[in-house]
Amino acid sequence: MKLREIQELLDAVVLAGENHLNDEVLCGFGSDLMSDVLCYANDDAILLTGLTNRQVLNTAEMANMRCVIFVRNKKPSDELIRMAVEMDMLIMSTRLILFECCGILYQHGLAGANKR
Amino acid sequence: MTYELKFDVERGDFETAGLASRKIKKTLQQLGINNKTIRQVSIAGYEGEMNLAIHSDGGYISLMVLDGELVLVIEDTGPGIPDIALAMQEGYSTAGDEVREMGFGAGMGLPNMRNNSDAFEINSEPGVGTRIEMHFNTKT
Ligand SMILES: Nc1ncnc2c1ncn2[C@@H]1O[C@H](COP(=O)(O)OP(=O)(O)OP(=O)(O)O)[C@@H](O)[C@H]1O
Ligand SMILES: [Mg+2]
Repeated sequence: MKLREIQELLDAVVLAGENHLNDEVLCGFGSDLMSDVLCYANDDAILLTGLTNRQVLNTAEMANMRCVIFVRNKKPSDELIRMAVEMDMLIMSTRLILFECCGILYQHGLAGANKR
Repeated sequence: MTYELKFDVERGDFETAGLASRKIKKTLQQLGINNKTIRQVSIAGYEGEMNLAIHSDGGYISLMVLDGELVLVIEDTGPGIPDIALAMQEGYSTAGDEVREMGFGAGMGLPNMRNNSDAFEINSEPGVGTRIEMHFNTKT
């Protein structure tokens, strides 16, 4: 699925990394526990989370994730947005809750990024 | 030895924690190491770096690039781990609330480091420190 399609489905606002909207992703992982993202997530996934600290972006980068979507209308700080620009990572924010995001994307064919 | 990188990591510094692992990842990409190995080193290194910032009194993370393998060493100067077998169990964690609010402290880091490396060795002595050495094959 193209990241642009994900952005449209979730009615998300792009905060950084707009140049990646035409990239393709295969799967998604929704969690507020970065420890588990590092253990269970596959490559080329998107991360949906309600956390907005720096370690979320570091985790996504280390796990080869392509995009971070902040759910429940969580807005990262300007500093975090600058960090995403520097990392060349697409980040977005949506009003929807995690459950709604996962349901919509799954229904449209995005698989779970489950490594185990 | 062909190449070595070393980064100090301070206790409780969650602003800069992660920088060392990001630099290591960039270096491995520049060296043309295969993607699977880069991911394994990145994840294991980042787990180790976070453990230094969260649990240790401070330490370093180092990467050695050798012929056919990468060696990652993560070492600190305390407080050490009293029961290594317990610490290696998935789900065991002594992390506090601040760490959990950041999304860490699930007790998954050490087992994840072992799972991502081809060889894993941990030594620790209370009052002295902890040393973890991981090897990753790069021959294909
Ligand atoms: N460098 C260290 N110095 C002292 N204690 C440590 C160190 N690394 C790990 N530990 C101890 O081992 C436990 C397990 O570590 P592990 O990395 O598996 O989980 P965690 O850091 O608590 O949570 P997670 O890694 O899932 O965020 C820690 O909670 C801590 O008690
Ligand atoms: Mg840990």
